[in-house]
Amino acid sequence: MNIESLKTNSIVVFQRVKFLERIGKLWYKFSRNKLSVVGLILVLLVVFSAILASWIVPYPQHAGAFVDFDNGFSPPSGRYLFGTDAFGRDVLSRIIFAFRGALLMPVVVLGIAVPIGVFLGMFAGYFKNTRIDTLIMRMTDIFLGLPPLILALAIASVLEPNMTNSMIAVTMVYWPWYCRLTYGMASSVHNEYFVIASELTGASRFHILFREMLPNCLSPVFTKMALDVGWVILLSASLSFVGLGEQPPTPALGQMVSDGSKYLPEQWWVAIFPALAIVLVILGFNLLGDGIRDMLEIRSD
Amino acid sequence: MILLEIKNLKKYFEVGRNRKGPIYLRAVDGISLSIEEGETLGLVGESGSGKSTLAYTVIGMYRPTGGEAIFKGQNIAVEYSRRPLTLKKEMQIVFQDPASSLNPRRNIGQIIGLNLRLHRKLQGVELQSAVVELLQRVELSPDYMYKSPMSIGGGEKQLVAVARALAPQPSLILLDEPTSALDVSIQAKIITKLINLQKELHLTYLFITHDLSVIRNVANKIAIMYLGKICEIAEAAEFFQNPLHPYTRMLISSVPVISEEEERLKPKKYISSGEIPSPVNIPPGCSFHMRCPERGTRCDTEDPVIVEVSKGHFVRCHLFRQGNDLCKDHQTESNI
Amino acid sequence: MNSDRLLDIRDLQVWYRVYGGYLKVLDGVFFHLGKGERVALVGETGCGKTTLMKTILRILPQPESHIHHGEILFKGKDILRMNYAELQRVRSKGIAMIFQDPTAALNPVFTIGTQLFEVTKHALPRSEQSKDHVSKIVISVLKEVALPDQERLLRNYPIQLSGGMRQRICISMALTAPRDLLIADEPGTSLDVTIQDQILRLLKELVRSHDTSTIVITHSLGVARDIADRIYVMYAGRIVETANSLELFSNPLHPYTVGLLRSVPKITGGGIASGIPGHIPDYLNPPTGCRFHPRCPSRMDVCSQKKPGMYHVSPNHFVSCFLYGEKP
Repeated sequence: MNIESLKTNSIVVFQRVKFLERIGKLWYKFSRNKLSVVGLILVLLVVFSAILASWIVPYPQHAGAFVDFDNGFSPPSGRYLFGTDAFGRDVLSRIIFAFRGALLMPVVVLGIAVPIGVFLGMFAGYFKNTRIDTLIMRMTDIFLGLPPLILALAIASVLEPNMTNSMIAVTMVYWPWYCRLTYGMASSVHNEYFVIASELTGASRFHILFREMLPNCLSPVFTKMALDVGWVILLSASLSFVGLGEQPPTPALGQMVSDGSKYLPEQWWVAIFPALAIVLVILGFNLLGDGIRDMLEIRSD
Repeated sequence: MILLEIKNLKKYFEVGRNRKGPIYLRAVDGISLSIEEGETLGLVGESGSGKSTLAYTVIGMYRPTGGEAIFKGQNIAVEYSRRPLTLKKEMQIVFQDPASSLNPRRNIGQIIGLNLRLHRKLQGVELQSAVVELLQRVELSPDYMYKSPMSIGGGEKQLVAVARALAPQPSLILLDEPTSALDVSIQAKIITKLINLQKELHLTYLFITHDLSVIRNVANKIAIMYLGKICEIAEAAEFFQNPLHPYTRMLISSVPVISEEEERLKPKKYISSGEIPSPVNIPPGCSFHMRCPERGTRCDTEDPVIVEVSKGHFVRCHLFRQGNDLCKDHQTESNI
Repeated sequence: MNSDRLLDIRDLQVWYRVYGGYLKVLDGVFFHLGKGERVALVGETGCGKTTLMKTILRILPQPESHIHHGEILFKGKDILRMNYAELQRVRSKGIAMIFQDPTAALNPVFTIGTQLFEVTKHALPRSEQSKDHVSKIVISVLKEVALPDQERLLRNYPIQLSGGMRQRICISMALTAPRDLLIADEPGTSLDVTIQDQILRLLKELVRSHDTSTIVITHSLGVARDIADRIYVMYAGRIVETANSLELFSNPLHPYTVGLLRSVPKITGGGIASGIPGHIPDYLNPPTGCRFHPRCPSRMDVCSQKKPGMYHVSPNHFVSCFLYGEKP
């Protein structure tokens, strides 16, 4: 039996076919709920407009230091679809540029908080009922005991108000949740027979943690991540609402709502459109998150 | 040659405390038996009998509370983390539930490959050809290598588990109810395979099950357990033709059989009654006395010791004395 | 002759919608039961017996399931076409079900008393639903299933009881009112063999004394032989053979039945056969013609082309195999 020929012929084709089939199956599970597809569309809309902002936005320069008091407070019209703000800047353009910051937040925050939380949770779950477990989980409990917004505010206000620091603040709020989530999964996965079998046969700790346990702990993590994107965006909008976050003139959705709220109700468009944008973005991610959860669900038939 | 010898092995779990001290669940309570090289020892019992705990203690999942266990001259009464790799290579286990004993996020090649890497130090192409060879040994086609355990049936999963156990070329394989979760036609296939493999590779099996019909056709010697203690040990044919312990007789008479000749073999007048008590609350004296139709005066105070009634046939019951089939000073009417 | 059948299932086809098409699980099931009969449905995992049982009570998972064709006549009326009210009447008064896993069948947050009460109340006519009357019935059924200390038992929660006791309680639920049909799904399977033996003997005795028509679903031929007068053997969504108990074991005809019987190990020894080669079919793309033909040692050309009918071989003995009828 020639291993090389076996591999190149049947197996590679087999794997490729399997991949496509898996994508098909996942899409089937995802698209069963029409709202998830709506969520996906919304999210794709936001993501692409954020990426292509410089090219598709009607007034790209309005997103920076720009003033045009003659056109200040223009109501929504053909020229300025969402109207202009106090400085004469096109609200629509600023919203689309604000999407960049809004999307960057969850990417960075979750990109840091999730690995930290997951690794800590896995170690604690593996070393359950030892000092390592106690150390990690009690620390997690402390962080979880504090209300998220208050914690984020406290951290962000201690540090200099800017984008980076507000990201740090929000990250500190999120890692404990992933730690606890993974801890629960890891403790139960550790008792599964397939893990025990590997331990009994002499596998190394590294192998047990990263090859046997970790892949089985990730499903709920991914689902939670999808649903958390919306929350992170909301949290960062709250921070920028009180001035902790992206500083002017760079647009941020919360900051725009905060500034515009002064002019309600006459110049309603300055605050309302950014607020609607926040709602739509978060709604999109939530619906998408539901869909991802359905997709990852293992059905027993 | 005796491969595995267990002397008075005990495994207790502490499940609580009361005023008098710790409360123990006596899962394994003084078991002594031995397995010869190349033979299959069948270990039979219902839930709560401690048979699985015994296997797990032998394989090193638990540290024994007392007693000795000797494998090929080595003392193995220690937990797996304190055992040398060479010992782990020699002894492997196949678990009951095939679905949970294979990692759903790995493919079969990786699952079997772990043992090959660890114990036979294989890599790359050699590793792959060894995996293929093992798959062929259990009559699975080589392309199973890249399949996920979720995509194959229960019987095939167990074959993978067997292939994994064979990978390090062990001498002893513990099989904990390997076919209990499977349909009867698939069970037949797996058991036939196991028997053939034993002959081909000169393996020794400790085969645990609650299914008496299966064990009759698989084991050379059968030991029956109840609440952590051995009730009876005998050669397979003798065990069924001449069962002595009342629990053995009760168990055999409960088997749903499919032919008249089997009906005739069942002990009469041994209708099963009662339920197994919790191993935390073991009745005093002989642990079986509350359900025993042959209960006598000594049975609720004195725990019987195991005696050899005839060559190779051991029983633990007040009814029997060393060398005798029937103890005359037992105070009940016996229907044996 | 048909009118005195209590349950008459005709050409039942049930499918499940999945990615890639339909799982055509039940492929034309014919099954009947007369009053007072005790029938066993024997089949291995994946043969469709659970689907069949769920279809009778119409508790199939929605929305994936799809009853493609067929009728289930219960006392002359088609269950599949009943409205909700009629169906509820059948479920509470007509057919009693004993589920496989007694732990899952009992609600863990209610006491045994509450659950038994509910079941009994709904099975009785309005005039008899007084608390006293129901309590009397509940106590008496607990006595019938040999459970001691009934008053105290009613106050217990399922978790406080052993598996055997829970199974007895599930059985007692079926006895709270005279019912036309009892369906027992794998009775005692999740229990130890000595307890299972006790449960089966209890079931046999109760069925005999109440003269209830019974369907026992099982994968164990031994259990079927013990408890039933007539046996149906099911494979891949079809009935492949049916006969009186004695006849089936002394004269099995369908190659699947033969293979199955040979695979059962005996306590008299003699070794174990090597099983039946192959595996159960993929319901998404089932084999053409007879669904067993890929695994059949007696396979002929016609077997992959046409579906066999049910051929009468001797009284009550039917086989669905071209070896026994309709050769082209």
